[in-house]
Amino acid sequence: MAGFLFRRLLNYVVLIVVATSLAYMLAAGALNPRANYEGRNPPIPPAVVDARLTELNLNDKTPLFERYLTWAGGVAHGDFGTMVTGGPVNEDLARRLGVTLRLITIGLVLGSVTGVLVGAYAAVRQYGAFDRVSTGASFFVLAIPTVVLANMLIIAAVWVNGLLPQPIVYVSGEFSAGSTGGFWAQAVDRVQHLILPTISLSLGLIAVYSRYQRNMMLDVLGADFIRTAMAKGLRRRTALIKHALRTALIPAVTYFAFTFGALLVGTTFTEKIFGWHGMGEQLVNSIYTNDVNSVAAISCFAAFAVLVASLASDVLHAVLDPRVRVG
Amino acid sequence: MSIADEEHAEELAGVEKIGTPSRLKVVAGRFFRSGQGRIGFALLVAMFLLAFAGPHLNKWSYTDKDFSAFLAPPSAEHWWGTLQTGADVYAVTLRGMQKSLIVGLLAAVVGTGLAAVVGAFAGYFLGWTDRTLMWVTDLLLVLPAFLILAIMSPLFAEGQWLLFVLMLALFLWMVTSKIVRSMTISLKEREFIHAARFMGVHPMKIIFRHVIPNLSSLLIVDATLNVSAAILTETSLSYFGFGIQPPDVSMGSLIADGAKTAVYAPWTFWFCAGLLIVTVLAVNLVGDSLRDAFDPTARRNR
Repeated sequence: MAGFLFRRLLNYVVLIVVATSLAYMLAAGALNPRANYEGRNPPIPPAVVDARLTELNLNDKTPLFERYLTWAGGVAHGDFGTMVTGGPVNEDLARRLGVTLRLITIGLVLGSVTGVLVGAYAAVRQYGAFDRVSTGASFFVLAIPTVVLANMLIIAAVWVNGLLPQPIVYVSGEFSAGSTGGFWAQAVDRVQHLILPTISLSLGLIAVYSRYQRNMMLDVLGADFIRTAMAKGLRRRTALIKHALRTALIPAVTYFAFTFGALLVGTTFTEKIFGWHGMGEQLVNSIYTNDVNSVAAISCFAAFAVLVASLASDVLHAVLDPRVRVG
Repeated sequence: MSIADEEHAEELAGVEKIGTPSRLKVVAGRFFRSGQGRIGFALLVAMFLLAFAGPHLNKWSYTDKDFSAFLAPPSAEHWWGTLQTGADVYAVTLRGMQKSLIVGLLAAVVGTGLAAVVGAFAGYFLGWTDRTLMWVTDLLLVLPAFLILAIMSPLFAEGQWLLFVLMLALFLWMVTSKIVRSMTISLKEREFIHAARFMGVHPMKIIFRHVIPNLSSLLIVDATLNVSAAILTETSLSYFGFGIQPPDVSMGSLIADGAKTAVYAPWTFWFCAGLLIVTVLAVNLVGDSLRDAFDPTARRNR
């Protein structure tokens, strides 16, 4: 078991290293940081630009592999290099990490729990009104791309706010700049900013999980062990929650690892559109500004996050399925 | 009893020959019997007609700019209004839809084909082939697709949209190929594959003649659902300016423009967003009904 775990972790580390290196090579090859200094008035002398680019390890006159080695040497010591604006990438991303993790965690928990509950309830009441409405709604939500959903939410919020004397949800940023007031006023302000991005992120998840959970639950509900559980005198509710839901959760947990990558991308769009200064926003911005080092650091984070999710899904699988623990 | 005898026995017993309907007929029958399938199919046909026949009904083309009407609401002159640049919303939206549909279809077909080949090779040969291919699959799952496509976006300019389609397909196949692999492993132990192998049929021929056709139902469903995935990815990339490059338009770039003016000029956003949602919804409905139609054990009481 320990050997298996070790091999698995080693494989993960290799995957992260290769993925990050590939992302760096691609970014360094395709993005053109020199363009940031062109078209200025007065024009910057080429020698100055060269010196500056070399300082940032972004000079396209240095061979790609040499730049890669310099960069990799820094990363091995935990330093992801410098942004095009001059600040260290590490500091910038550390600040943004908190923002992104908060958004992802709240969205993920809210989305998956609600989705699983909706799906399970729909399956228990198959072809009931709730089942039909939730199936139709999830089909509809799955057809809306995150970028459109976020904009629809903003339009709706602007309309609602216009009807009310005071805005109840804010469409941009994490908190109101310069807001004063006690702890509670601050907290309410943050929640008002959090509502829309969270909905935009978790609505898609709810749709995916409710569809999936409904199908799994339907398969399980007809199984013999549920009949046995009720025959031995368990109440219907206990049988459904302890036996049916738990068994039907196992495939959903496996599915979790696959949806996590999509969730990261969804976070990127949500952050960018709602003006949250998180990792995802920086990803889009760093491509606009040809910031190779930031791009590589963010892809390293993304690869790491996807693998942590897949590890977490394995652990959850073992918790839910006793056969995995024994085998 | 030989086969001839059996036929004879059947005749003796007075059993009428029952014509077995072809698989295509059975699946099509099941598909069109479900309301969901009918709605999805009708919507999809309508979307295709609108995208490819619709532009001929309009006197404005997607490159025209009407300098007498900027951000004008829908009227007899401009059916769906105009954008800030004076472009006709009807014309540019349909042009964007054409692009999105073509890109989505091509990327899905290429992606599913890739999934079938990689999965079947890994599952059939196992050993080192399997390990290498699955490692590459894992690597692509770990690489953030959006980021890679976005970085490569400068290469898609100047009509290189086919390259964009290929790159899109490159990030669509991983999950399917894992399913294909595990199905191939079990298929490999079936008698007809054994028979082919012992007769000395070349492994390549076995894979393309026997393995992949036997997975066709999974692949068809997957290709359909990949169309919507590809359209969604394309839209998101184009929204941020990383996909289809100007002067060409796509749903994503139109939605990005429309979103800026949506609050006071709703027609710039809602026609485009609405059509996109309907298209993806139709594709998903078709894919879901196809899955049910192919599945002989599916419950059919809708």
